[in-house]
Amino acid sequence: MADKIATREAYGNALAELGEKYDFVVFDADLAEATKTITFKKKFPERHFDCGIAEGNMVSVAAGVAATGKIPFVSTFAMFAAGRSFEQVRNSIGYPHLNVKIGATHGGISVGEDGATHQCNEDFATMRSIPGMTVICPADAVEARAVVEAAILHNGPVYMRFGRFAVPTLFDKETYKFEIGKGVQMADGTDVTIVANGLMVEQALIAKDTLAAEGISARVINMATIKPIDKDILVKAAKETGAIVTAEEHNVIGGLGSAVCEVLAETCPVPVTRVGVLDKFGKSGKVPPLLEEYGLTAKDIVEKAKAAIALKK
Amino acid sequence: MEQARIAELQKKAIQIKLDILEEVFSASSGHPGGSMSIADILAYLYFQELRIDPKNPKWEDRDRFVLSKGHCAPGLYAALAERGFFPTEDLKTFRRVDSYLQGHPDMKGVPGVDMSAGSLGLGISSACGMALSAKIYNKDYRVYTVLGDGEVAEGQVWEAAMFAAHYKLDNLTAFVDFNGLQIDGAIVDVMNSTPIDDKFEAFGWHVIVIDGHDYNQIEAAVEEAKATKGKPTMILCKTVKGNGVSFMENKAGWHGKAPNAEEYEKAVAELKAQL
Repeated sequence: MADKIATREAYGNALAELGEKYDFVVFDADLAEATKTITFKKKFPERHFDCGIAEGNMVSVAAGVAATGKIPFVSTFAMFAAGRSFEQVRNSIGYPHLNVKIGATHGGISVGEDGATHQCNEDFATMRSIPGMTVICPADAVEARAVVEAAILHNGPVYMRFGRFAVPTLFDKETYKFEIGKGVQMADGTDVTIVANGLMVEQALIAKDTLAAEGISARVINMATIKPIDKDILVKAAKETGAIVTAEEHNVIGGLGSAVCEVLAETCPVPVTRVGVLDKFGKSGKVPPLLEEYGLTAKDIVEKAKAAIALKK
Repeated sequence: MEQARIAELQKKAIQIKLDILEEVFSASSGHPGGSMSIADILAYLYFQELRIDPKNPKWEDRDRFVLSKGHCAPGLYAALAERGFFPTEDLKTFRRVDSYLQGHPDMKGVPGVDMSAGSLGLGISSACGMALSAKIYNKDYRVYTVLGDGEVAEGQVWEAAMFAAHYKLDNLTAFVDFNGLQIDGAIVDVMNSTPIDDKFEAFGWHVIVIDGHDYNQIEAAVEEAKATKGKPTMILCKTVKGNGVSFMENKAGWHGKAPNAEEYEKAVAELKAQL
């Protein structure tokens, strides 16, 4: 595995790189240094607009820009994009289905020291509930870059969640192809399937090896797109492995785990267990102990995978 | 403005008011009071000022209009229909389950609606975005928006006000329909947003206070806004809620209530007598 890099870093780099190829503008709310839109700003200062600490206005402004046929990105922390500005995202962007790309950084518990007020574990849930919204959470820098380009090429609103915490690169820059709405099988297996996204994909791969050492064959699927979710890959996994465990850096209510349960309950019911934040607020701390305390590690995936297998009839 | 032209615009405004009444009466719901208080502003914009083409509602270089106080959709729909964007007969389908005329403006479904709006405070921000886009992409269209005086209690209005001044959006003109009344009563009693003019001035806007029913004043203010460089313009319009119908004027109760059959007939008779 290559050097670790946060997906927010990759987001900023992608904006700067793709700014040469595509015509778009970027809005930020006094967080350009943190969201990394600063990288784009340095290269294209005339296409970057700071809105100050006024996220709701920023979102509705971007909707206005999109209504004139242009592509705006808006960036702030996930908490303020999907939380504070939920109504603006719904009414200004979602209802008229405007072509705004929301680049939300600092999603999940891995914000770390800032604590609960800034650790958004609810964004998949709120964004997923908006009709027509595409919701994506990339696992590494390669995927993050690919997601940004896919979002530009997609006609419609897209919510992208990026992380603050540096993560290893899992995909090959030269060969990785991202497609909105398609899950990626990263390892085959027959006893259980781990469906993960974001920084939990790395944990899923570790868990697969742990399970293999115990004689359990686990399939691993990277489900970057939470909405529209890849039903085909899920049904196939359910049929072929008979048990599913989901893993996400989000409340177990409303996110990836819920989305997977919704699909399988209606099409191919099999046991599903969920790894995620157990309906709690976060807290301050270094990221590794936080992930451990909140049950977001490979060890948790292993336990829940075994629990799912035990539930098979 | 020539007296004959003023008379023509006044006639358009009366027709808009008749349409508003037909819409809310047909729907048995909707917002007549604030729609009627902006009828003269809408008549001026849609029949005198806006660079628009009803045959090409998505024309890239058109002037934009955002009804930030989106609940006054009956007024906007009436102006659009009278201007030829869609048949006036459709107005009576307002708010019906099989109609494209939603309770609040929907840009996806209604020809001529430039921005969906209705949740108060959001429209002015989107108008800012349209104006900024014109600056970025060197377009010479202008952007107009109308806010309610109750709406200015929304914090986002002031975020937008800051933004418009910061980015020197002199291609943006905002009207505040200052009829003094909101749902729960007089704005000075519910939540006193006055002095609205001083507040916008402090936020860096060029502010003009006019009688929102006087076409000469509306014209002079719009022209002054166009000539004002480096800052957005706010035209604070003193208006009468329910303007044109004696028993509806200056009554907060007519904010979001449809007339019954008797009231409707009486109101229509009053307006027709003004034609």
